[in-house]
Amino acid sequence: MSTIGTGYDLSASQFSPDGRVFQIDYASKAVERSGTVIGIRGKDCVVLAVEKIVADQLYEPDAASRIFTIERNIGMAIAGLMADGNFVADIARQEAANFRQQFERTIPLKHLCERVSGYLHAYTLYSAVRPFGLSVILASWDEVDGPQLYKIEPSGNSFGYYACASGKAKQQAKTEMEKFKFTDMSTEELVKSGGKIIYQVHDELKDKDFRFEMGIVGKETDGIHLINSAEWIQKAIEAGEAAKNADDSENEI
Amino acid sequence: MMNNSCAQPMWLNGPSPGQFYNFMGGNNAPAQLPRELTTAGPYGTKHSTAAITTGSSVLGIRFDKGVLVAADTLVSYGSLARYQNIERVFQINNKILLGGGGDFADIQSIKRSIDQKMIEDQCCNDGVVMKPAELSSWLTRVLYNRRCRMNPLYIDVVVGGVDEAGKPFLGNVDLRGRAYDDYVVATGFGRHLALPLVRERKPKDREFTFEEATKLIRESMKVLYYRDTRSLPQYTVGICTANDCSIKGPFKVEENWTFAEGVTGY
Repeated sequence: MSTIGTGYDLSASQFSPDGRVFQIDYASKAVERSGTVIGIRGKDCVVLAVEKIVADQLYEPDAASRIFTIERNIGMAIAGLMADGNFVADIARQEAANFRQQFERTIPLKHLCERVSGYLHAYTLYSAVRPFGLSVILASWDEVDGPQLYKIEPSGNSFGYYACASGKAKQQAKTEMEKFKFTDMSTEELVKSGGKIIYQVHDELKDKDFRFEMGIVGKETDGIHLINSAEWIQKAIEAGEAAKNADDSENEI
Repeated sequence: MMNNSCAQPMWLNGPSPGQFYNFMGGNNAPAQLPRELTTAGPYGTKHSTAAITTGSSVLGIRFDKGVLVAADTLVSYGSLARYQNIERVFQINNKILLGGGGDFADIQSIKRSIDQKMIEDQCCNDGVVMKPAELSSWLTRVLYNRRCRMNPLYIDVVVGGVDEAGKPFLGNVDLRGRAYDDYVVATGFGRHLALPLVRERKPKDREFTFEEATKLIRESMKVLYYRDTRSLPQYTVGICTANDCSIKGPFKVEENWTFAEGVTGY
């Protein structure tokens, strides 16, 4: 790409002759380097699961967490640059707070997604800035709209999903997810399949160690977004380990 | 740091055509107070000098394992019993109860700010939740700050709850930011009518038990209904202990007016 991009990839405000904005492509590259993250939507629950690759053994266990709470019932997971993620999480929180201040209710996820994706898009328009190296997954559950799941790309594109993935093993995760029927899954099943997918797509040869992180929001969490809730994450990790061991023994035969 | 009070415009510091890019740091205008707090209008500015829609007494009693906070469900407009079914005791989180007396608009306003703080608490995801003593302290800062601007919030609140060790806290903060904590606090007429009643019953060597506290709440709310004209025979009670924090009720005051026939000479 670098040979093709020459001359047209220095600024986000310039198209290449074949109609691409290379800065955005490069931002997507930053996302692809990151550990896998998935979001899955069940019957009355959404689960965010993250393969957090341990870059340094000296980090504290909770360092560089890639799941955030945006509102009481809204969770956000990121793939890409950590620092960009922290910043965008704060922007999302401000948007949510601002909406609450004006309307005294929680921001609908569709609305928040629109605002945040608008923000990311603004950073693809000017020569003086670079786009965010981020893929943002937003999840929420409420009594009226049920489970909701959105993903925003570095370009500012956003879509609603039944299940979505970003990062290193995006393709693998998508293939894996297509085997499931998430829409009528119970919370427990959903949590377990979240664990399974992340453990299955983790590449032990390339990245030795990783930590499993999970965000969950749904009816059974009383509409509260929980990060690494002990009760649920245990189930996911157990299911994940089991799936991984089953895979390994298959390979040995 | 997190400042969720208002969202910034979509595109900040972007260069206008032909201009230089302003880096984020250092170029932001210093945070501005809302105009109405700093600028006088063309004929000067009048701040509120009295509460308009008011809640009357709030009564809080601390007992050995927690606290009870009670308030009737009336919000008056002057002497008019305008809103008769409004809860004035709020659950803030799993550790805090807030009872609001005074101007109800100001109560609602401060409640909104507190709710936003609780969301920020949750966003931090460090497992730390605010404790009642901390909220009480924060309220003194906000209310004292407002009084220094000569623009106070006309409220008198009771903050109660338990800390992480389950130790109960009960305190009162008023419109000037004055604060104290005790085993019984009350606002409005309750301070004159209910407070001495409860103090009279306090055993010297120990805290109240839950049963004693509930009985005192029931009696005090009855006395308040009989003697305070800005009250109703209906009240809610917030209870906060280490394993439960919720609002109960509404309860009815047991009224009995048969004695009224014997009252003569007025």
